[in-house]
Amino acid sequence: MGTLDIIDTLAGIEPGSVLDAIRARRPQARENAQKSYLSLFDPTDSSEFSLSERAAVAAFVTGLHGESPVAAFYREKLATSADGAPLLEAIKGEIARGRTSGPYGAYPAGPLSIENKAGLIYRVSAERKPVLGARLVAALEHAHLLVFHPRDAASADMKALLTAGWSPTGIVTFSQLVAFLSFQVRVVSGLRTLAAAYAQEVAS
Amino acid sequence: MSTVNPPVVFTQDELGWVSWIDPLPETELTERHFAGLVDRARAKSEYFRLLVRDPEVLEARTRTDKDIFYNVADGLPRAERELAAAATSRYNGCIYCASVHARFASTYSKRRDDVQRLLDEGIKADLGERWNAVVKASVALAATPIAFGPDNIEELRRAGLDDAEIVDVINGASFFNWANRLMLSLGEPSK
Repeated sequence: MGTLDIIDTLAGIEPGSVLDAIRARRPQARENAQKSYLSLFDPTDSSEFSLSERAAVAAFVTGLHGESPVAAFYREKLATSADGAPLLEAIKGEIARGRTSGPYGAYPAGPLSIENKAGLIYRVSAERKPVLGARLVAALEHAHLLVFHPRDAASADMKALLTAGWSPTGIVTFSQLVAFLSFQVRVVSGLRTLAAAYAQEVAS
Repeated sequence: MSTVNPPVVFTQDELGWVSWIDPLPETELTERHFAGLVDRARAKSEYFRLLVRDPEVLEARTRTDKDIFYNVADGLPRAERELAAAATSRYNGCIYCASVHARFASTYSKRRDDVQRLLDEGIKADLGERWNAVVKASVALAATPIAFGPDNIEELRRAGLDDAEIVDVINGASFFNWANRLMLSLGEPSK
C-alpha cells in the first residue's frame, strides 16, 4: 500500500483516503491490474506489437470513450513515445470520426435477432492511411469493433489482421490491450464517480 | 477443426468455445506458459491456450479476475458479483460469458429462475430492488460512452450496498468488459 498505481493516479485516489482503504481490501486485484498495465505498456517482448503501436491503439480506444483523464494520459503516452508523435494528429482525427454510442451489433440469426441494433461500421479515412500504415489501419478498425460492437466480431476479422501483417501472438496481445483498456477506463470512471459522491456529502 | 453449432439464445447450459486462430498446442507449453495459465488444468482449455501466447498479460489478468470474484472475505456476496458479470455479458451480447456467469449466479444465489429471466427478458427484467440496482449499474458501466453516474451510486446505496460492496460491483462489471471482448472476438461459442 501507499504507492500510487496507475488506477489511483487516473482516478485521483489519495493515499489514506476512503477509496484507498477500500481498494486495499482486494490487494491481488490491485497489484495485478497494475501488472496487467505494465505487461501491456512496458512488455518484456514488443516484437509482435511495437510500443508506438500500443500507444496509438490506446490513445484511440480511450479517446473513443470520450474525453477523460484516461484519454489524456494515453494521448500523452503516444505523444512522448518513440515514433509515436507523428501519429498523434492522425489518431485524434480518427477518434473524432469514430465516436459513436455502444454496444450495438447483431446476434446469430434466431430469437435474439429482434435485439439486433445497427451502428457505425468504422473504416479509417483514406487520407490518413499512408501515415498510419497497413498494420495500424487494420488495428484501429478492429479496435473500433471491439469498443462499440464486439458481438459483430467474426473469423473474417482475424483474417483481416493476419493479412495486414499481425501474427497470432500479436493479435492476442493487441486484443488484450483493447479489452484491458475497456476495463481500466470503467474502473477509473466508477471510482471517480464514487469519490465525487463522498466529496458532495462532505460539502453538504 | 471441429464443427461449430452456435447457440442462438442466452442459456445457462454449458457451452464450448472454439478459437478462430491457433492456440498453442499443449505439447509446446513451457514453464513460462504454465506460470501464465496460473492453474495447470487450464492447459486443457482452447481459450486459455490461445491467451497464453502472451503469458505475462494472461497471468496478471487471471489474478485480477480471481481476486475480484473469489475474494469473499468481505464485500459483496459472490452471487451478486456473478450477477454483475452476467448482466454485463447480457448487455454486451456475449452468450458464452453470460452462460458461465449466469450459472454461477444461480448456484450462489439459489435464484435460478430470476437469473433465467435476466437472460430471457434482458437487462430490463424486474429482479427486485437490490438486483435491479446491480444490473442497472453494470449496464451503465458497460455503455460507451460510460453512463455510470451519481444516480447509480445512490440506487446501490438505497438497495443496501455499502461503499466497499459498490467497489466490488464496479470491479466485477468492469472486468467483464475485458472478458466479453476477448470471448466475442477471438472465437465463438458452440453447443
